Amino acid sequence: MSEGLLAETVGLSLGGRLVLDRVTTGFRKGELVAIVGPNGAGKSSLLSCLAGLRRPDAGKVFLDGEIVAAIPARSRARAMAFLAQTPEIAWDVDVRTFVGLGRTPHLGAFGPSTEDAAAVDLAIATTGLGDFAARPITRLSGGERARALIARALAGQTDWLLADEPLTGLDPGHALDTVGLFRQLAHDQGKGVIVTLHDLTLAARFADRVLLLDRGCLVADGPPGQALTPQALAMAYGVRTRTHKGAAGPLIEILRRVD
Amino acid sequence: MNARSPWFVCGVLAASLILLFALSLCAGRVWTPWSAWVSGGADPRGAIIFGLRLPRTILALLVGGALGLSGAALQGYTRNPLADPGALGVSSAAALGAVLTLYLGAASETGWILPATAMVGAGLGMVALLALAGVTSSIVTFILAGFIIQTVCTAGISLALNLAPNPWAVDEIVSWLMGSLADRSVEEVRIAAPGVILGSLVLLTQGRALDALTLGEQGARSLGVGLTRTRLSLAIGVSLAVGSSVAVTGVIGFVGLIVPHLLRPWVGSRPGALLWPSLLGGAALTLGADILVRLTPAAEEVKLGVAMAALGGPFFLWMLMAMRRRLA
Repeated sequence: MSEGLLAETVGLSLGGRLVLDRVTTGFRKGELVAIVGPNGAGKSSLLSCLAGLRRPDAGKVFLDGEIVAAIPARSRARAMAFLAQTPEIAWDVDVRTFVGLGRTPHLGAFGPSTEDAAAVDLAIATTGLGDFAARPITRLSGGERARALIARALAGQTDWLLADEPLTGLDPGHALDTVGLFRQLAHDQGKGVIVTLHDLTLAARFADRVLLLDRGCLVADGPPGQALTPQALAMAYGVRTRTHKGAAGPLIEILRRVD
Repeated sequence: MNARSPWFVCGVLAASLILLFALSLCAGRVWTPWSAWVSGGADPRGAIIFGLRLPRTILALLVGGALGLSGAALQGYTRNPLADPGALGVSSAAALGAVLTLYLGAASETGWILPATAMVGAGLGMVALLALAGVTSSIVTFILAGFIIQTVCTAGISLALNLAPNPWAVDEIVSWLMGSLADRSVEEVRIAAPGVILGSLVLLTQGRALDALTLGEQGARSLGVGLTRTRLSLAIGVSLAVGSSVAVTGVIGFVGLIVPHLLRPWVGSRPGALLWPSLLGGAALTLGADILVRLTPAAEEVKLGVAMAALGGPFFLWMLMAMRRRLA
């Protein structure tokens, strides 16, 4: 199986500390995968290795059979969009220009084509930012800015979307919208969507598959019901949990610290 | 302020450059009206125009353009509106290279040694800057790295002055350091032009990378932008452009800082769209300032570098007040 995004015994050390320890897993297009785990478990590191932004010290990451780190940067950027955890926005450009940055790997010698403009329009419409297109990015609220960041990632029209904690700072309504959008991108548009999340309930409810990381090791990998067991969560997070059957899906209640 | 198309901004700046160009050929100690131009060799004032003012004007355009463009490129790369070749120590490094040449008396032997050493100085300054700031490129590390380079280079220049064997060498170095376009000839244009033009062409290719850097280094890399190449192009472009400018005119500060800052709102803050306007704007500002300096009502004209520094102080004050208002 060479289709898809594969991590093969990926290991990574940062500053002498092992942050990823022989992680092996695979992703296909059309599924939404949530990577969960406590702070410092290696979620962001795994995501940046998958995105080809960090070269693993051990093991390899393959995209459709090719080693990701060896794919030319521009081709890789056309295949995968990456949404950083704390994205930097250096200049106060308007939303349309900002979203247009997502077209960078597609731009021809003479600047944006009509195709580029159409992709930007579509990304703005998908994220409901039509009314804000001409507004400076710093004048957006937190939720609007998060949508602009997602629109930037969508504008590239990549097959893969990798997002590092895209729900940080979003209120419950916007968080729900965003996860819903990710699910729709995976199921309706056939993208491979990989997100790191802290909200276990949202992960359990929306993700097709959940990866649980604990101190650099992949300790669970499967459908939410199988991966997010009370035993696994107790080991990884050090908390007792109980999964309830909620009205809209499973609800993971955090009870107390493990003694 | 409404953002406009970069082409519109460039058009306005180019039109004002043409006006300034014509004015620059007329203005000075001797006013040369249009009739003196068309008379050909008959009017002695023709010699002033073509022998003195034309090279001076062209030099102002080259140097101003190089400084404005380098400032815009450095600000874009560092994502810091306070970056410019002067503030980051690149100009000082170029000046140190040139001063050492003047000090050793090697400059008079062949024309190209001075720009070459200035370019090497600027190049070493850029390399040191990028190495000291490291991959983090946070605003603070960049400013600090620039400060270190500037301090070291200024110390080196002072040391050269301190140890200079004769007063003429000191005099030559000091008057050159202040930065001026006065009494420059076709020879200086010939020395500066290749480096400025080549360096500018290199910098102008970096627009897209600078745009992508709006998302930070990781963001730019995720968009497929090779930052090693960007860094290299920036180092080469700024070294060539600033080095050859400093070699013929000495240190002229603030152009690279003021021009991109003033033009930024007009292009909607997009760093890549700021490159051409900053080149034209830098040329216009330098040429305009040089015209004013020429009209100094005193025996000795005010040095352009000094006039720019005098302009820089109030500009910083204005920036500080605007920033405080925004934060209040």
